[in-house]
Amino acid sequence: MSTEPVAMHMSDGIVDAPVSLAFGVVAILGLAVCIARARRDLDDRTAPLAGLVAAFVFAVQMLNFPVLPGVSGHLLGGALTAILVGPSVGALCVAIVLVLQALLFADGGLSALGTNITNMALIGTGVGFAVAVALRPLARRSRAGLLVTAFVAAWVNTLVASLGFVLEYALGGQGPALGTVLALMAGFHTLIGIGEGIITALTVGAVAAVRPDLVYLLRGPRPELTIREGATR
Amino acid sequence: MGAGHAHTLHHPGDSVVHRLPAHVKIVVAFVLVVAVVATPREAFWVFGAHLVLLVAIWVAARLPVTAIAARSVIEAPFVVLAVLLPFLAAGPRIEVLGLPLSVDGLLAGWNILVKGTLGVLVSITLGMTTPVRDLLAGLTRLRVPGMVTTIATLMVRYLEVIAAEARRMRLARVARGNDPRFLWQIGPTIRGVGTLFLRSYERGERVHLAMLARGYTGAMPLLGDTTAGRRTWTVALVPAVAAVLCATAGYA
Repeated sequence: MSTEPVAMHMSDGIVDAPVSLAFGVVAILGLAVCIARARRDLDDRTAPLAGLVAAFVFAVQMLNFPVLPGVSGHLLGGALTAILVGPSVGALCVAIVLVLQALLFADGGLSALGTNITNMALIGTGVGFAVAVALRPLARRSRAGLLVTAFVAAWVNTLVASLGFVLEYALGGQGPALGTVLALMAGFHTLIGIGEGIITALTVGAVAAVRPDLVYLLRGPRPELTIREGATR
Repeated sequence: MGAGHAHTLHHPGDSVVHRLPAHVKIVVAFVLVVAVVATPREAFWVFGAHLVLLVAIWVAARLPVTAIAARSVIEAPFVVLAVLLPFLAAGPRIEVLGLPLSVDGLLAGWNILVKGTLGVLVSITLGMTTPVRDLLAGLTRLRVPGMVTTIATLMVRYLEVIAAEARRMRLARVARGNDPRFLWQIGPTIRGVGTLFLRSYERGERVHLAMLARGYTGAMPLLGDTTAGRRTWTVALVPAVAAVLCATAGYA
């Protein structure tokens, strides 16, 4: 048996009902924006591609990797999907994975879905991608630059997602000692983020080595279709 | 926790609960969970009442309690948190079995433990009585945008394929002597993850072309249209209303 240090799927009862409902509304509004933007990124390919990417996220979360002997963790994949398929499709995929994990596997409380989606899908993916965009010149320069960018994005993503939890706990926490929670969460996730960062960096590197055209972060703006004169014979 | 989802919770059956339309069950489950979470933590008897309600639903659905118990271990990480809180929290302390425990921490731990457990039990009950396909159709009936349910449907359909691919790659690695024990030995696993992404994405492109070839226009047809009449809603909402009443009684 291995223990799981990456316990980020909040259960019911960690924050109170009003805060849970408020973050449910935040999650729904955020996802509405993501759906609109995902359509713009992928047009009618959105459903099959996002579906398969979501299945990938789900499968990767099933894959345990060793952190220390006897302790294993699994990838959350927020920054990874954001770098590979863009922040909107990425957030949508992670959110759908979270909803199905709650409905089909009782993983993460139903009342905590809003907070879980806000932390991991919206905040995690959004912040991860923002960091990656800020470092994009570095990522375009060399392979090492790309790996560093992916590592930093995933590390910040993990830490900020955990701070999202601290914020919700501060607003509607059902337990004492905010300082203890902040220190515990920030401390744990600084370490977890290193694992998440290494794995994200190497995965992005593996994809970029074979199909660099698929890495959303490295793609430029889509070239406009132009009709050129003078090609007739 | 998100690891090791081998198969879904569904436990086939033909009880009243199984036959209820999925969207009704989803609404009832959400109301039950919110009622549990809204219950004040000092109202100990109300949690007992919630449990009695759940047991009544299990009896009606003829669900084996052993299977429910086996599946609720998913909550284990939060039990650890709940057990730690009485030691970590500040405030006045009482002696329990010779240990100085924080009163506030005890209450907070109890709060997470009981609400988390009841929440997991509600989710498990929903998952055991509703097939995946019906859950997705239920989400559509609850006005979840078609795009989201289509993505979710395709995800569920291809999850087994992708997961099996991941298992075969792992088996191939293990057969070649790969046995990572530390984070810095993760290289081969990660190249597998990269390959898995490429295969998933390229499969998505092929699935899209196959769907276009079969006349996909951007929306999925809704099959097996199950509506719920006023009677069905009335019957189904009984436990939900009971739970809400119990929760409000807890404030008195």
